[in-house]
Amino acid sequence: MHSYMVSKMSSKMVGSNNLAHARRMVQQLRVEASIERIKVSKASADLMRYCGENAKYDPLLMGIPASENPFKDKKPCTIL
Amino acid sequence: MAAQEVAAQPSDTLATLKTESETLKTKLEEERAKLHDVELHQVAEKIEALGQFVMKTRRTLKGHGNKVLCMDWCKDKRRIVSSSQDGKVIVWDAFTTNKEHAVTMPCTWVMACAYAPSGCAVACGGLDNKCSVYPLSLDKNENLAAKKKSVAMHTNYLSACCFTNSDMQILTSSGDGTCALWDVESGQMLQSFHGHAADVLCLDLAPSETGNTFVSGGCDKKACVWDMRTGQCVQSFETHESDINSVRYYPSGDAFASGSDDATCRLYDLRADREVAIYSKESIIFGASSVDFSLSGRLLFGGYNDYTINVWDVLKGTRVSILFGHENRVSTLRVSPDGTAFCSGSWDHTLRIWA
Repeated sequence: MHSYMVSKMSSKMVGSNNLAHARRMVQQLRVEASIERIKVSKASADLMRYCGENAKYDPLLMGIPASENPFKDKKPCTIL
Repeated sequence: MAAQEVAAQPSDTLATLKTESETLKTKLEEERAKLHDVELHQVAEKIEALGQFVMKTRRTLKGHGNKVLCMDWCKDKRRIVSSSQDGKVIVWDAFTTNKEHAVTMPCTWVMACAYAPSGCAVACGGLDNKCSVYPLSLDKNENLAAKKKSVAMHTNYLSACCFTNSDMQILTSSGDGTCALWDVESGQMLQSFHGHAADVLCLDLAPSETGNTFVSGGCDKKACVWDMRTGQCVQSFETHESDINSVRYYPSGDAFASGSDDATCRLYDLRADREVAIYSKESIIFGASSVDFSLSGRLLFGGYNDYTINVWDVLKGTRVSILFGHENRVSTLRVSPDGTAFCSGSWDHTLRIWA
């Protein structure tokens, strides 16, 4: 996306075939592989519950009347 | 503070490490797959579909002389800071559309700006490779540039910045491939975050209840979750097919959304450690530049390079609305702190408030 204005960083970090880099990769993967995970069904249920519990407080979702939304007031002059 | 180093073994060769890498990657995928028992949109089938939304432009903020690249809301829910390709940073009162402050940066392409939690300062930066903080003076005649404080120094452009929970620390991401945490007062780097293989384009801080983590996205198509205290990347996700332009936490902190040049937005659940939704349509072929959630997390707003804003039902995965109005790419989008409106900024030089 930013290539239209700056050249992207050269791949000095990726593809460098040295032991230190490879060791870091292995270390990183060990950390990531070892985390505890939950099932998608449980994660989904929790996301849904959060939405459900907070829906009534969500003005953009519920649509609040103009009298309660300062942006829905009568439009002022747009002064440049 | 660095993560435990892998002890160097005499038998370590590039080949053995590569093999172990591949084995770990396979194991990671297998572990994730075991828990993939259902899709989010399937679980969401039982909830009611959302009705029609009527969202309109309620304010148009005009005054930038070139592309708007970034914006942020003040905690007071009415002020906004925005930055532009022409080097200007403007603070607006979004209720009245009046400009309250304007600063001219010494560089063009001010790609990042952020409001301090106190509302008393703004941070910004871009092609100058720095993040600078400007205290906002109540005296409109005061030259803000005189009080400028340079905080962060990167070796390539600044792509994003945000204050942590106070005015005292700033988190930055850069085209140099790193993120960093800085002390504002001293300009000292407190922590650096290495792991992206290319430019980092975006970041978002986890909601404060969730603890000290943040997520970043980059040109390496990866989204990484970081422990701010140790500098360790704790999770990473690589399912996008192109640059990730925007990342934003779901309000509970258990998930985050991303927007990418691959024309999709995606949802990643942190506890399931995987992508759980893709927001896409065959008709959407331009990149998503910026995403944010409504207050409850049910809606995801995405600003796109085709000038539109798509509104997605986060749970069901469907699009519920498409908003027209901007006359060029939407480059930045944030929901207001109390969720009553959202603001979009565009290459058409304007910002719009929608509600």
